[in-house]
Amino acid sequence: MTEAVLDPRFTLPVRTVEKATAEPRWVRLVLIGLALAFLGIFLFVPLAAVFYEALRKGVGVYWQAVIEPDALAAVRLTLLAAAISVPLNLVFGVAAAWAIAKFEFRGKNLLITLIDLPFSVSPVIAGLIFVLVFGLQGWFGEWLRDHDLKIIFAVPGIVLATIFVTFPFVARELIPLMQAQGTEEEEAAVVLGASGWQTLWRVTLPNVKWGLLYGVILSNARAMGEFGAVSVVSGHIRGLTNTLPLHVEILYNEYQFAAAFATASLLALLALVTLVLKVWVERRFAD
Amino acid sequence: MSLALRRHTVLPGFGIALGFTLLYLSLIVLIPLSATFLKTFSLTWEAFWTAVTAPRVLASYRLTFGASFLAAGINAVFGLLVAWVLVRYRFPGKRIVDAFVDLPFALPTAVAGIALAAVYSTNGWIGSLFAPYGIKIAFTPLGVLVALTFIGLPFVVRTVQPVLEDLEPELEEAAATLGASRLQTFAKIVFPTLLPALLTGFALAFARAIGEYGSVIFIAGNLPMVSEITPLLIITKLEQYDYAGATALAVVMLLISFTLLLIINLLQWWARRRRAAP
Amino acid sequence: MSIEVKNVNRRFGSFAALDDVSLEVQTGELLALLGPSGSGKTTLLRVIAGLETVDSGQVLFHGEDATSQHVRERRVGFVFQHYALFRHMSIFENVAFGLRVRPKQERPSESEIRRKVMELLELVQLDWLADRYPHQLSGGQRQRIALARALAVEPRVLLLDEPFGALDAKVRKELRTWLRRLHDEMHITSVFVTHDQDEALEVSDRVVVMNEGRIQQVGTPQEVYDHPVNAFVYQFLGNVNLFHGRMDEGTALIGPAGLPVPAHGEVGVGAAVAYARPHDIEVVRPKLGELGIAARVEHLLAVGPIVRVDLRPDDSGAPIHAEIPRDQAAHLALAAGDRVLVRPRQVRVFAA
Repeated sequence: MTEAVLDPRFTLPVRTVEKATAEPRWVRLVLIGLALAFLGIFLFVPLAAVFYEALRKGVGVYWQAVIEPDALAAVRLTLLAAAISVPLNLVFGVAAAWAIAKFEFRGKNLLITLIDLPFSVSPVIAGLIFVLVFGLQGWFGEWLRDHDLKIIFAVPGIVLATIFVTFPFVARELIPLMQAQGTEEEEAAVVLGASGWQTLWRVTLPNVKWGLLYGVILSNARAMGEFGAVSVVSGHIRGLTNTLPLHVEILYNEYQFAAAFATASLLALLALVTLVLKVWVERRFAD
Repeated sequence: MSLALRRHTVLPGFGIALGFTLLYLSLIVLIPLSATFLKTFSLTWEAFWTAVTAPRVLASYRLTFGASFLAAGINAVFGLLVAWVLVRYRFPGKRIVDAFVDLPFALPTAVAGIALAAVYSTNGWIGSLFAPYGIKIAFTPLGVLVALTFIGLPFVVRTVQPVLEDLEPELEEAAATLGASRLQTFAKIVFPTLLPALLTGFALAFARAIGEYGSVIFIAGNLPMVSEITPLLIITKLEQYDYAGATALAVVMLLISFTLLLIINLLQWWARRRRAAP
Repeated sequence: MSIEVKNVNRRFGSFAALDDVSLEVQTGELLALLGPSGSGKTTLLRVIAGLETVDSGQVLFHGEDATSQHVRERRVGFVFQHYALFRHMSIFENVAFGLRVRPKQERPSESEIRRKVMELLELVQLDWLADRYPHQLSGGQRQRIALARALAVEPRVLLLDEPFGALDAKVRKELRTWLRRLHDEMHITSVFVTHDQDEALEVSDRVVVMNEGRIQQVGTPQEVYDHPVNAFVYQFLGNVNLFHGRMDEGTALIGPAGLPVPAHGEVGVGAAVAYARPHDIEVVRPKLGELGIAARVEHLLAVGPIVRVDLRPDDSGAPIHAEIPRDQAAHLALAAGDRVLVRPRQVRVFAA
């Protein structure tokens, strides 16, 4: 088109009719209003309440709650649990996606379903299963006691429960992505003389890096925020086996609301960062 | 590897990748999960039956499944609405709203729990609006419904949204040229197309709600027979060292969850088939 | 049912999809909207249907202003390029849709619907597919069902958007002839959009050639092909060779040598661009006293009854494409590399 100049006559279009497949304006406004009202009372107001309650007694109280030794210990344990579970599940996700997406074998669909299993298990049950295996009355209970090892009501149990609940995140992002990409590029790399590891590092992973990052972000958010599963295996020992969400619960049950919400606001900030990263990755994905 | 069906592939690493996958899956998921089933075998059938049908347990099922079903229903209606508004209309702040739909995925459940309890208690921002009419939300079964609606909110939106985005405008235009009103077009053309995704979202939200613990316990009040959910009952039994009883309840919940998982897989298969057909 | 489009403008941002378009479609005719992509032909069709709004201008159905009428009330039959069949409905239900969505008091009875739908399915010769679903049908079958569905509402006009665009060549040809026959039986005012000049010339009663949001020419297939009003129409309706030159009283002097060629066109005297179709190019062996553009044969390709000859003129102008009958080519015994003389039999000139 050559004439890109806007004729002033056309800048104010005379629309006599609505577009054929559009709803009348008042319907649109009502629907938008209803949707926003629903999201408002279920999402925005509760989120705002976290920060409001956290700061209600002033910044001083807020700061005291955050730098209190037990709170800092909870932060450390939360970071530790995430730092162990996320990389492990990342390695697992890559291995599982490689096997499932690049090869054909019997029982593949069953395997995919089994990988998703932790998502359909209640967090409480996720904690319970580890109590049944490693608890005092569990399979390895006596052996562990005799060797003076503690898993349940100790850090290893918290890590195990966290791994369980974040188990599928990376794998379920990578599997469909790698399936969609097929095997041609990898085969080309191998034909050109690349080894298996070189192919993985230089061809496969760069192709799926955004999906991988997406899985890691979601997995990390869940790892740091998990409550139910961790609650069952933790034993709630302050300064030792309390993660941040458990710390929130204890403060709340002790009616230290300002401190509870102050700690909660840290987790809410984490959630906001997660959402921002998620949108950012999705943008990159779309390119 | 004899498992591989393809006659020949040049790609290496199948054995090690699958081997590691199966080992890790077994250690973290399958073996611990099987512990629940093995543990139940230590109970006689009568003891198991008594444990899972005690009146307090039955009351917890009613609340858990009833509130989960209602919450998933609310999310089906409003999730469809939110997805529709986000895909079809333009309004200021739309991208932020879109991003915030995932908040329940990202916000730790304990935080959601105390926030909802604060907002919906009788002196909270929203609870105080209902209090004058004698409606208590927090610390009643209604509070459970609120929490379960919150955590299930993204599922329907995120399953319906992509289908709605892919819906060819020609279908609706065709309906319009044939004389259908907007409402008829929605009911007869758009809705049937969205139905598999909508049901999938409903089932996902329902499955998630049944197992939910963190966000509920702060707002539920946790009164036995009234506002006590099944996951909480499992924890209560654990704290009383009634491992067999807790496990029996867990097995019931697991069986229900697995059934739901199967249904969800079937629904997704249906949805894919319907979308793939030209 | 006649359609009149008066001074319609439609812009998308700064892009003028329709620029002051006026057109009359006569009752019972089959009209083709022909043009390259982005020429505005589909927009015009959608404006007539009411699927697209106008910025200014009017659409009249049978003399009545329909500009502000909703697509629902216009009673047009619209056939989409990709059929837009409802995939969750059987073929029967697809065709019945337009009858079922009528307001209760106007809705035909179930038996009436059944009779009507089966009648239409017989018309498109697909009554045996009534219980199938769209994904079980071939492309050609789907397009015929889409047509039956559009006809079910007894439309006043039938509008078809690239109706054969998504089909493979053979089915396309069959369906074209079939559509022409169907139209001859039904005589419903029809407008169809195409970017394929063969399709437009072969099927329609009249052709509307569009470019850049404007109508270039309206006429019977014969008229637009034989008497294109401008260079665009000439080029769009077939392959052409282009020569620069001068015009002098019915004779074009083309090329540096000023080869005189009988010409007709809008230029009387002065600089002009001359166009000649490949089948109007004469190729001869060089002979003393014979006039022509000296060229070398670059490539020969026999396609069916004709031979395509690519020629490179000595004056290093643009390559010339000629199409000569096979027997003539055999008589000349041309081979790549041969030196020949090239002569347009007649040219059409437009101002340079």
